[in-house]
Amino acid sequence: MNPYGGFPLLSIIVFLPLVGALIILFINKKRVEPIRVIALLTSLVVFALSLPLFFNFDSSTHELQWVEKKPWIPQYGISYFVGVDGINLLLVLLTTFTSVLAILSSWKAITERVKEYMILMLLLETGMLGIFVSLDLFLFYIFWETMLIPMYFLIGIWGGPRKVYAAVKFFLYTMAGSVLMLVGILWLYHIGGGTTFNLFELLKVPLTGHQQLWLFLGFFLAFAIKIPMFPFHTWLPDAHVEAPTAGSVILAGVLLKMGVYGFLRFCLPLFPDASVEFMPIISVLAIIGIIYGALVSMVQPDLKRLVAFSSVSHLGFCVLGIFAFNLLGIQGSILQMVNHGLSTGALFLLVGMIYERRHTRMIADFGGLSKVLPLFAAFFGIVTLSSIGLPGLNGFVGEFLILVGSFLYRPLYAILAATGIVLAAVYMLWMFQRVMYGELDKPENRALKDLSLREITVMVPIIALIFFIGVFPRPFLRRMEASVQHLILQVESKKSQEPLYVEKMRERIKEFFLNNEASTD
Amino acid sequence: MLDYIWLVPFLPLFGFVINGLFGSRLPRRVVGIIACSTVGLAFVISLTAFFVLPDQPVPDKVLYSWIKVGDFKADFAFQIDPLSIIMILIVSGVSFVIHIYSIGYMHGDPGYSRYFTYLNLFVCAMLLLVLANNFLMMYIGWEGVGLCSYLLIGFWYERKSAADAGKKAFIVTRIGDFGFALGIMYIFKTFGTIDISEVMHLAQGRFEVGAPILTAITLLLFLGAVGKSAQIPLYVWLPDAMEGPTPVSALIHAATMVTAGVYMIARCNMIYSLSPTSLMVVAVIGCATAIYAASIGLVQNDIKRVLAYSTISQLGYMFMACGVGAFAAGIFHLMTHAFFKALLFMGAGSVIHALAGEMDIRHMGGLRRYMPTTYMTFLIAALTIGGIFPFAGFFSKDEILWRAFEQNYILWAIGIITAAMTSFYIFRLVFRTFAGETRVEKEKLVHVHESPRVMTIPLVILGIMSVIGGLAGVAKAFPLLGTSRFFSEKLNILRFLEPVTGGHHAEGSEAVGLERWLMLASLLIALVGIYIAYQFYVRNPQLPKRLARSLRRTYKFVLNKYKVDELYDFLFVNPAKKFSVFLWRIWDDSIIDGIVNGTAGFFKVCGRIGRRVQTGYVQTYILLIIIGAVIIIWYCL
Repeated sequence: MNPYGGFPLLSIIVFLPLVGALIILFINKKRVEPIRVIALLTSLVVFALSLPLFFNFDSSTHELQWVEKKPWIPQYGISYFVGVDGINLLLVLLTTFTSVLAILSSWKAITERVKEYMILMLLLETGMLGIFVSLDLFLFYIFWETMLIPMYFLIGIWGGPRKVYAAVKFFLYTMAGSVLMLVGILWLYHIGGGTTFNLFELLKVPLTGHQQLWLFLGFFLAFAIKIPMFPFHTWLPDAHVEAPTAGSVILAGVLLKMGVYGFLRFCLPLFPDASVEFMPIISVLAIIGIIYGALVSMVQPDLKRLVAFSSVSHLGFCVLGIFAFNLLGIQGSILQMVNHGLSTGALFLLVGMIYERRHTRMIADFGGLSKVLPLFAAFFGIVTLSSIGLPGLNGFVGEFLILVGSFLYRPLYAILAATGIVLAAVYMLWMFQRVMYGELDKPENRALKDLSLREITVMVPIIALIFFIGVFPRPFLRRMEASVQHLILQVESKKSQEPLYVEKMRERIKEFFLNNEASTD
Repeated sequence: MLDYIWLVPFLPLFGFVINGLFGSRLPRRVVGIIACSTVGLAFVISLTAFFVLPDQPVPDKVLYSWIKVGDFKADFAFQIDPLSIIMILIVSGVSFVIHIYSIGYMHGDPGYSRYFTYLNLFVCAMLLLVLANNFLMMYIGWEGVGLCSYLLIGFWYERKSAADAGKKAFIVTRIGDFGFALGIMYIFKTFGTIDISEVMHLAQGRFEVGAPILTAITLLLFLGAVGKSAQIPLYVWLPDAMEGPTPVSALIHAATMVTAGVYMIARCNMIYSLSPTSLMVVAVIGCATAIYAASIGLVQNDIKRVLAYSTISQLGYMFMACGVGAFAAGIFHLMTHAFFKALLFMGAGSVIHALAGEMDIRHMGGLRRYMPTTYMTFLIAALTIGGIFPFAGFFSKDEILWRAFEQNYILWAIGIITAAMTSFYIFRLVFRTFAGETRVEKEKLVHVHESPRVMTIPLVILGIMSVIGGLAGVAKAFPLLGTSRFFSEKLNILRFLEPVTGGHHAEGSEAVGLERWLMLASLLIALVGIYIAYQFYVRNPQLPKRLARSLRRTYKFVLNKYKVDELYDFLFVNPAKKFSVFLWRIWDDSIIDGIVNGTAGFFKVCGRIGRRVQTGYVQTYILLIIIGAVIIIWYCL
C-alpha cells in the first residue's frame, strides 16, 4: 500500500505549500524578490515530491497507494484519510505542475501586494491537492470550501475592471451548489448510522432508489456548477476574463476538473442506480455544452472569453466520457482532463503574455503578430492545434477515446459530439488567423518583443508534454486502467436488479391519480 | 531491408525537426540540402523495398504500442504490401523532384526555411498515411497532411486571401474527417479491432454482400475521402488552395494528398466490394465530380485554377474507377496523374516565376519562344492528361473507361464527354499560354526567361515519367504490346496490385475487340477536343468571345463556379454565425445570466424589504412583538 513504509509523502505534498505560505508570512512585504523565490521554490519542491507518486505507482492494482489514515474527530467518525489511485494520480500531478507554472507566470504580472498574492496561491494549492486526495467526505468538504476563499480573493483583488462582480458571482454560484452537497453528505452520514464519513465505509450503505435520487441530485448540482456544465456555466467567462493570468490558469487547469473528478469518485460509486438512470440526461447536457460552448466561443471578440467558452466545450467531452460508462470513455475522460489542463492552461498563459505587452485582449486589436513574434507564434500554433485535437498531439488521444466510448454506448451521442471537433477547428483557427496572420497594420503591434527566457521556460514543459502524451500516452493510460476497471465493476455489481425507481415513481404517480379518481367517485 | 521501412517516414521527420528548430539560423543551402536529401533517401529506401518485396505477405512492422485501453489497441505499425510500396514510391519520388524544384522556385523568399520545414512534415505525414496498418494511425497521417496543407496554403499569411484559403481547406476537410473518425469508431464497434487487414478478413467472413452495417461504415469512410480528395459537395476548398506556393499545389494539391481518399478506398476495397450501394455512391459522386469540375475548368482564366478544377475532375475519374470495382485502375491513374499533374503545375509555376507572379492566361501567350523547356514539358503533360497515345494518361484513363463501360454505359458516356472537355481545356491553356502572339506587358516581357536548371530538370524528369509511365499498365487488349508477357505480366501495375485489390477476369476475345473500339473512340474524342481548342484559340480567337457573349448568362454562371461558395455561405456559414451571436447575446447573457442575477436580485430585494423592519426604534420592535403575540394567541384560540 505504501512503498515508502510509513513515510507520509502525501501529507507532505498537500501541506508543504501551507508551510511555504507561513514562511512568507514572516517576510517583510517590501522584499518582493525573496517572497517570489520562496513561493516558486515551494511549488517546485512540491512538484518534485509528487513525481515519485507517478514513477513508483503500481499500475497493476486498483488499491489505494500512499494511504494515510488517522482518526481526527473520532466521536463523529471523522478521519484524516488520504490516498492515491489511478483516478486521482494524474490530477494530483496536474495540480502540482500547474501551480509551478502559475507562480512563474505571475513573476512580472503581479507587482502589487505580492506577499498576499503568493500566500493565497500557496493556500490554493493545498486546497486543491486536498480535494483530490481526500477519501473522507468531511475532509473533502473542508478542502472543497477552503479552496474557494483564495480563489475569491485572487479574482477580487488582482482582477480586471469587473473583478468584484466576477468574484462574488463565482463564490456565490459555487457556494450554492456546495451547500446542497453538504446537505447530501450529512444525510448520507445519517443514513449510514452516523458513525463514519469514510467514503469506503459509506459505499457499503444500502440506499433506496428514492434516497439515491435526491442525494445524487445534491452532489450533481455542486459538481455540475464547478465543471461547469451547461446551463450552469455563466460564472466561468466572467471569472476567467476578470481573473489574473495565473488565476485563469489554475481555474482552467485544475478547478474545473474537480467537478468531473467528483462524478468519478463520489457520484458513480455511491449512487450507481441514479447515475445509470441519469446517464442519458447528463450526456445530452454534455453534448449541448460541447456544441453550445463551441458556437458561442466562435463569436467572442475577447481572447480570454473565447478560451473560456472553449473550456465549456472541452469539459463537455470529459463529462460525456464518464457517462458513457465504459473503460474507453472514462479513461479518455481522465486523460482529457489532463490535456485540457495543459492546452487551455497554456492558452491562458499565452494570452496573458500578450496582454502584458499590449494591455488588451481584443482580437480586433491584433493581426499579423507572426511577423514580430515568431517564437510566440510557434508556441501559440502548437497549443491551438492541441486544443483542436490534432492526432499526434495530446488532445486527440483523450477526445478520440471519449468518442469511441460514447459510440459504444450510443452512436448518436458520439455523432453529435463529434461535430464539436469540427467546430473547434472553426473557432480556434479563425481566432489564430485574426491574431497571428494577416498584415501587421496596427502601429502599436510593430514594436512588440518576443518571449523572454522566463516565458520560454514556462512554455517549454507544456509543449513537451503536449507532444509526449500525443505520441506516447501509454504511461498515463496504463496507470489508470486498473482503477477505472474496478470502478466500473463496483458500480455494475452494486446496481440493484430491482425495477428502477423512476419507474417505481411513475407507478406511484399513476396509483395516486387512480386513487384520486376512486375517491372522487 | 524491410525492417528499416520505418526510416521512410522518419527521415523527412528528421528533416522537419532539424529545419524547424535551427532552420532560421542555418544557411539556405544547408536547409535545402537537408530537406531534399532526407526525402531523397526515403525514396531510395522505398525503391529498395520495392525490389526486395517478396511474393508472400509480409508481417506488419510494429514500432511500439501507441494506445491501448481495454480491447482498443492502436499500434504504431507499418503495413508492407504492393499497394503501400507503390504509394511510398509515388509519394517519395514525386516529393523528391518537387523538393528540388522548390529550391529554385522559393529562392529569395524570406520564409525559405519555414517552407521546407512544412514540406518535410508533409512528406512524413503522407508516408505515415500510406504505410499505416491501422485506421487510427492512418488518421494521424490523414489529419497531418491536412495540417501541412493548411500551413502551406496560408504560407504567405500576410495576404488575407491566403490565410482564408488555408483555414477553409482545414475546416472543409475536417467535415470529411468527422465522417472518417466516425467510420473508425463504427469499425471498432463492429469488429473489435481497427487493424486494417484484420478488419478486411473479418468482414469477408462475417458479412453478406449488402450488409447495412458495412454500407454505413463505407459511406462514413467515403465522407472522409470526399473531403480530402475534394469531391462534390466538399470540393470547394481546393480551388482556393491555389493561394499557396505553386510547388505546394503540385505536391499536395495534385500529386499526393488529394489522392489519399482514393488510396483509402483502394486499401479498404474488400469492405467496399461487399457493399454495392456504397460502390454506386462512390461511382456516381466520382462521375458527377469529373464532369462538373471539368465544366468549370473550361472557362477559368487563372492558370492555376484551371489546373485545380482539372485535378478535381481527374480525382473524380479515380473514384469512378473505385466505384466500378476497378481499384487497381484507380491507383494506376493516381500514379500517372501524379506525374502529369505535378508536371503541369510545375510548368505553370515556371511560367508564373518568369512573369513575376502573373497567373492570368489573358496576359500570357507566345511564351514558347522564351521558355522552350517549359513549353515542351507542358505540352507533353497536356498530351498526357488529354489521353493521347502513347502518353501515360491514355493507358490509365482507358483502363477506367473500359471498366466503367463494363458496368454501366452512362458512367462511360459521361466519362468520355469529360475526356473531350479535358483535352479542350488543357489545350486552351497550352495555346493561350505558349502559342500565338504574346499579350505579356512590355516591361515584364523584358525579364521573361527560361527557369534555372534546378527547376527545369525536375520538369524533364516528370516529362519522361509522363511519357513512359503508361507502360506500367498496358491493357491486354492493346495491339502488339498487350500480347507481350513482359508488359501484361511483369511490368504490369494492375497485376502487381492484385494481392491487395483482387484480380479482374472475364476477358474473352469478343471483349478484346470491343475494348479496342472504345480505345479508338476515346482517342478520337480527345483529338476532337484539341481540334476545337485549336480552332478557338489559334485560328479564330474571336470565336470564344462571340460564343461567351451569346451565352452570357450561362457563361457568367459557370465562370462564377456555379456560385456554390455563395450558396454555402448563405446556407451554412452566415446562419451559424447569426445563431451563435443569438446564443451568446440573448440566450447566455440575457436568459441564463438573467436567471442567475435575477436570483441574486431577488434576495437583495428581500433583504431590502426585511431591512425596513430593523429601524432601530424601540417602539417599532414593541409594536411588532405585540402584533406577533396577538397572532399567536389568535391562532391558539
